Amino acid sequence: MNEMTPPKEERSEALKGLGCSRKRVEDARFTQGKGNYIDDIKLPGMLFGDFVRSPYPHAYVKSINPDKALEVPGVLAVITAKDLEPLNLHWMPTLAGDKQMVLADGKVLFQGQEVAFVVATDRYAAADGVELVEVEYEELPPLVDPFKAEIEGAPILREDIAEEKEGAHGPRRHPNHIFTWEAGDKDATESVLDGADVVAEEMVYYHRTHPCPLETCGSVASMDKVNGKLTLYGTFQAPHAVRTVASLISGIAEHNIRVISPDIGGGFGNKVGVYPGYVCSIVASIVTGKPVKWIEDRIENLTATAFARDYWMKGKISATKEGKITGLWCHTTADHGAFDACADPTKFPAGFMNICTGSYDIPTAYLAVDGIYTNKAPGGVAYRCSFRVTEAAYFIERMIEVLAIKLDMDAAEFRRINFIKKEQFPYQSALGWEYDSGDYHTAWDKALDAVNYKALREEQAERLEDFKAGKTRKLMGIGLTHFTEIVGAGPVKNCDILGLGMFDSCEIRIHPTGSAIARLGTISQGQGHATTFAQILASEIGISADDITLEEGDTDTAPYGLGTYGSRSTPVAGAATAMAGRKIRAKAQMIAAYLLEVHDGDVEWDIDRFVVKGAPERFKTMKEIAFAAYNQAIPGIEPGLEAVSYYDPPNMTYPFGAYICVMDIDVDTGTTEIRQFYALDDCGTRINPMIIEGQVHGGLTEALAIAMGQEIAYDEMGNVKTGSLMDFFIPTMWETPNYQTDHTTTPSPHHPIGAKGVGESPNVGGVPAFSNAVHDAFRAFGLTQSHMPHDHWRIWQTANKLGLHD
Amino acid sequence: MSKMHIKLKVNGEEVETLAEPRELLIHVLRERLDITGPHIGCETSHCGACTIDMDGKSVKSCTVFAAQANGADITTIEGLGNPDGLHVLQEMFKEHHGLQCGFCTPGMITRAHRLLQENPDPTEEEVRFGMAGNLCRCTGYQNIVKSILAAAAELNSAKEAAQ
Repeated sequence: MNEMTPPKEERSEALKGLGCSRKRVEDARFTQGKGNYIDDIKLPGMLFGDFVRSPYPHAYVKSINPDKALEVPGVLAVITAKDLEPLNLHWMPTLAGDKQMVLADGKVLFQGQEVAFVVATDRYAAADGVELVEVEYEELPPLVDPFKAEIEGAPILREDIAEEKEGAHGPRRHPNHIFTWEAGDKDATESVLDGADVVAEEMVYYHRTHPCPLETCGSVASMDKVNGKLTLYGTFQAPHAVRTVASLISGIAEHNIRVISPDIGGGFGNKVGVYPGYVCSIVASIVTGKPVKWIEDRIENLTATAFARDYWMKGKISATKEGKITGLWCHTTADHGAFDACADPTKFPAGFMNICTGSYDIPTAYLAVDGIYTNKAPGGVAYRCSFRVTEAAYFIERMIEVLAIKLDMDAAEFRRINFIKKEQFPYQSALGWEYDSGDYHTAWDKALDAVNYKALREEQAERLEDFKAGKTRKLMGIGLTHFTEIVGAGPVKNCDILGLGMFDSCEIRIHPTGSAIARLGTISQGQGHATTFAQILASEIGISADDITLEEGDTDTAPYGLGTYGSRSTPVAGAATAMAGRKIRAKAQMIAAYLLEVHDGDVEWDIDRFVVKGAPERFKTMKEIAFAAYNQAIPGIEPGLEAVSYYDPPNMTYPFGAYICVMDIDVDTGTTEIRQFYALDDCGTRINPMIIEGQVHGGLTEALAIAMGQEIAYDEMGNVKTGSLMDFFIPTMWETPNYQTDHTTTPSPHHPIGAKGVGESPNVGGVPAFSNAVHDAFRAFGLTQSHMPHDHWRIWQTANKLGLHD
Repeated sequence: MSKMHIKLKVNGEEVETLAEPRELLIHVLRERLDITGPHIGCETSHCGACTIDMDGKSVKSCTVFAAQANGADITTIEGLGNPDGLHVLQEMFKEHHGLQCGFCTPGMITRAHRLLQENPDPTEEEVRFGMAGNLCRCTGYQNIVKSILAAAAELNSAKEAAQ
C-alpha cells in the first residue's frame, strides 16, 4: 500500500482492454506454421477414409460391390448404408428438423452424394479403393428448377416422406414441398398495395453460392474401446452441439464423447453443418478400433457440403407520390436441395428473412417463404451472415432502388426519408422484430459526406453525357446500401437448434498469482477470440489481457455453448464473458473489503483495484486480491476465485451500416473496376478496432466475390458446373480493391458492454452495394433488375439487351 | 506400390524418405516429414496454401510429385524464422493484422519471401500481381499487402544501414 499508484490512464492502458487495437496473440503460432488444423492431427495407427460419390443427381442405387476395392493393398473396409442400418446410422437428423442419408439408402438425390466410405491405411490407398467400388445406378429424371417442383409429372425426390402431409414446419402440399413459413399481415399488406400511389414489383434472385473456407471440412474419430471413450476432432463451428448430436445418434453416452475443434481454417457457416464424413469416421473408428481421419477435397467441399442462399424473392413495394413507403410484400421460393439441412434456429425455417423491412419504417408488410426440394446438395447455411439476413438485406436494398427509379427519386434521399428515426428505437417492425437501437440518419449523412456524394452524382451525369456523345465506353455506377442486421442468436425463449437453447457461456479461473484462464462455448475460426475476449475480461476484472489465457473448442473443458456463427460470439459469449467477469469482481470486492477492514460498500472499483472510498491511498489490487483468495481464511467467503456465466440474451442485436461503392463498367467487355468502396459500420461498442477493420475487409471481399462472379451453378441435368476453384470465383489480390472503413457507435442498450457483432455486416451490406452499383450504372438506360453474379459475361449481356452495342 | 528413395534438403537439413512415385510433394512434406506448415486448400494449384520455396522459386507443392523434387533445396514457412527470431515478414504480418484464420498464412509468407527477393522494392501493384497465386478468404488482402510493403521497407532500410 506504500507503493505509488500509477495514473489512471497508465493503468488503463496496461490492461489492453476494450477499445484498443491489441495485436493478436494467435499470430505467433500461425505465422510460424505452427497452427494445429484438422489435417495436422496425426494419431498412432490412424487410418484414412474417402467417399465413393454419386455421379448422378437422381438415381436408384441398384447394387454396390466392394470386392475389387477390398483387394487393394491397404484397403480395410468399405462401409455402405447396409452396414450402417443395424446401428440406425444410415440416416441422421438435420439441423432443420428433416433427416438426411449418411450413405445412399437405395437412391441418390444429388451429384456428389456419399454412397460408400472406403477405409484404408493412407489416403492414396483409400482413393484407389474408391475407384474400384462398383456401383450400379438406374438414372431418374432430375429436378433442378424449384419452380417445376410441383408441376404434374415432376419427379418425386423424397420417396421416404412422400406420403407425409406434415413436416417439421407445418403442412406440406406436395411431396417436393418442405414448408410454408409466413410473417406479417397478408390481407393488410395486399390492401395497402392495391390502394397505393406507386408500386414496384421485381423478382430478386440471390443465387446459390458456397462459403468455401480455405480449409475444407474434416474429422478424426478415435474410439478407445478400452475405456469406452470417443474423441472426435473436427472442423466444428459448434463443438458442444456436435457432441450432443453425436451422442443422440450413436447412442454413446454424452460423457463418453469428447469433441475437439482444433484451429479452424475459416468457417463462414460451412462448418456449422453435420456431415456424413463425420459420422462415417466415427463408425469406421468403432469398426476398426483405430483412429480414422476424413478430409474432404475442394471439389467435395463445393459440391457436397453446405451451400448458401438460393432464394428467389418476388417482391412488391409501395409508396406515396412523395416517396413514403407504405407496404412491402415478398414471396420467396427457397431451393433447399435434397434434404432440408438449413442451419437455422428451429422456429425459423427461413432464418431471420423477416428482417427484410431493413432500415426502413415500413408500417405494413408480409412475407411468405416456400421451401422446396431439388436434386442439389443440401445446406442453406448462413455464409458469413446471420440466418438468411444477407438474402433479406439484398432483397430490400434492391427493392428500394427499384422503387426509387419508379418514383424518379435520388436513391440516397429516398432512403433518408424512409429510415427508422433515432427516437423510434426500440422499434417494432411490421414483421415481428424489436430493433434494439440505431441512428441511421447520422451514419447516412456521414457516409454521403465522406464520399462527396453530390460530386459523384455530378461526375456520373457528365460521364453519361460523354457516353451518349461517344467520348467514352465506360459507365459509372454508384451503389448505395444502408443495411440493418439481426445477430446474436439468441434468446432461448425463441431460439434453439435441435432443442438446445442458443445461450452461450464463459468460465473464468483466476490463478493465485493474479493471471487467469477463461473458457468459452464458442470457437474462433479466425476472428481472434483469444485476443478480443481477453480484452473484454481485462476491462471487467482489471487483469491485463496479456495475463489471460483464452481457450475454446474442447468440450471436456469448456462450458456448454452453441458455438460461433451468425455473428453471435460477441453478442452472446462476449456478454457471458463480461457477466462472468462481474461475478469475479463482486467476490473480489468482498475480499478487498475484508483485507482493508471496511464494509463491502465502502470500497469502489478503480480500473485494476478496489479503493476505500474517500481514501485512495488505501487499496487492494486484483493481484493482491487473487492471492488472498487462495491464502487467507476469510470468514463467510469460500476460497478460490472462479466464476461461470451462462448468458441468455434478452434480445438480438442490430448492427447497421452505410456502404457506398463507386464502379466503372466497360460496356463492351463487361469488365468492372471498383474505384472506391466506403464502408461505415456501427457495431455498437468496439472491442478491437484493428480486428473490426480486418473483419470488414474480409467480409467485403467475400461480398465482392458473391456479387461479381461466385456461384454454385447447375446445368439442366443437375450437374455441378462450378465444382473447383477453376470455375468457382474467389477474388485474388489482383482483383480486390482497397476499402475505406469508418464507423459510428450506437451501443446496444441490452448488451453488458454495448457490443453488437460485426463479422458478417460487410457481407450483408457489401453484396447489395456492389450489385446496386452495377444496376445504377445502367439506370439511365432503363435497367431495373438483373441477376447476380455480375460477371463480365452477364454485364455484357445486360449492356447488349439495353441496346448499348448497337 | 514400390517406393522410391527421395533425398531433399528441407530448411537447411538433409532428409531422406521413401515415397511412392505418385506421391505429391505436399503429402510427403506433411505426412512423411511432419512439416505441416504448408497446407492443402484445393489440390488443383489455385489457392497457394501449399506454397513452398524450391531451388529459389515459389512452387505449389500440391502439383509437384515428390519424385520430381528429388535433390531439391526446399524452404517452407518453418525455415523462415524461429521462435527466438521471427523473419521480418512474420513480424509484419503480426504487426499489420495480415492474417485471421492463419490457414493461408504459411503459403502467403513463403511466397512473399520469394517475391521480395525477385523484387526487393515492389509497388503495391507489383505486390498484388506477384501474390495473385495465393488466395485468402478472411482478410480481403488489404492488410497482407500492407504487411508485405512494410516488410520490404524494413528489409531495405536494414540493408541501407548495413552499407
